[in-house]
Amino acid sequence: MKKEWPLWEIFIRSQHGLAHKHVGSLHAPDAEMAVNNARDVYTRRNEGVSIWVVRSADIVASSPDDKEPLFEPSNSKVYRHPTFFPMPEAVKHI
Amino acid sequence: MYAQLVETGAQRVRGTDELEGQERVFQERIDAGVKIEPKDWMPEGYRKTLVRQISQHAHSEIVGQLPEGNWITRAPTLKRKAILLAKVQDEAGHGLYLYSAAETLGVSRDALIAQLHAGKAKYSSIFNYPTLTWADIGAIGWLVDGSAIINQIPLCRCSYGPYARAMVRVCKEESFHQRQGYDLLLALCNGTPEQKAMAQDALNRWWWPALMMFGPSDADSVNSAQSTQWGIKLFSNDALRQKMVDQTVPQAEYLGLTIPDPDLKWNEERGHYDFGAIDWDEFFNVIKGNGPCNRERLATRVQAYEDGEWFREGLNAHADKQAARGAAAA
Repeated sequence: MKKEWPLWEIFIRSQHGLAHKHVGSLHAPDAEMAVNNARDVYTRRNEGVSIWVVRSADIVASSPDDKEPLFEPSNSKVYRHPTFFPMPEAVKHI
Repeated sequence: MYAQLVETGAQRVRGTDELEGQERVFQERIDAGVKIEPKDWMPEGYRKTLVRQISQHAHSEIVGQLPEGNWITRAPTLKRKAILLAKVQDEAGHGLYLYSAAETLGVSRDALIAQLHAGKAKYSSIFNYPTLTWADIGAIGWLVDGSAIINQIPLCRCSYGPYARAMVRVCKEESFHQRQGYDLLLALCNGTPEQKAMAQDALNRWWWPALMMFGPSDADSVNSAQSTQWGIKLFSNDALRQKMVDQTVPQAEYLGLTIPDPDLKWNEERGHYDFGAIDWDEFFNVIKGNGPCNRERLATRVQAYEDGEWFREGLNAHADKQAARGAAAA
């Protein structure tokens, strides 16, 4: 083929009121065909009621090398979790 | 399996404690069960091996459509035809998931497909056998997809994230494939004596090629040892093959069919079925391109691709026109 079709990332929203979820990728010449192909590839068994397609080239991702500066700081902040606070036995509904 | 005899480039497998620097960090992540993702550092051998393995797997899905596609127009009922269409369509999807996973390693799908069409890429030996009767469609679903499930379920836990996720999707759909095959054979075995004989004939022809799918014993293979260390092979070929035999024999008995192996018998001591010797000359002959259908399969695949050229060109032209219109309006 002379021209390679761009890659698209596919997001599907299932019927249960959840957010769109990344399910995979595919090649298509344009957005319309990307939606058509996504329907054929990713929703053959009632997996969804809505499709988003995004050009892979348009996605900006964090780098694996940034893992520590990005995510390490939250490790020490255990008070952000409710289980950090012991509640007296007698106190209910909290 | 769907990827057979995958070369790793390894001469000798080095233990984690023999590795240094990034390679050691990489191996420690794998040993700890942490998934490797596309942007993570990885040894070149790991990347190349995965490209070979995943692309072979993808090619097998795509070429695997041909033996079954052969029967779509001749399915005996509308119901069976619709089921077979859906099954063959799934295989195209499986190929796509796998090509996408391979692309995360820096190769393009078009390049991989070009390798396949040039005869430079391997695909599973099993798809070079002909589908002579309708019962073969049942035997493929039951035995071939059944074997594929046994191979692919462990791969859902393999070390490379995109491959593992593709396998999860594939496995969800594969069970339908195996069951529709068994259901088809059940109908034949409950039918006329001629229909049952047809089912037996299909089993006779597909049994040994299905066992060969798992590949020769790899107990002494340095490639398998390397793939095991990298977490992209989780069980030996022999272990997977034994599992297939153990689960399939009772299923054959229920159908009232006889597995074409006089040496097959339950071994109480081992807790497994013993089975006869496999003709590995046949396997290597098929791998080398001399199976009953190798040339026909590749020619059909290439023709299908070439026949679709005008359509792909049309889509490109439409996309270019729409993009130009959008640019003019802006």
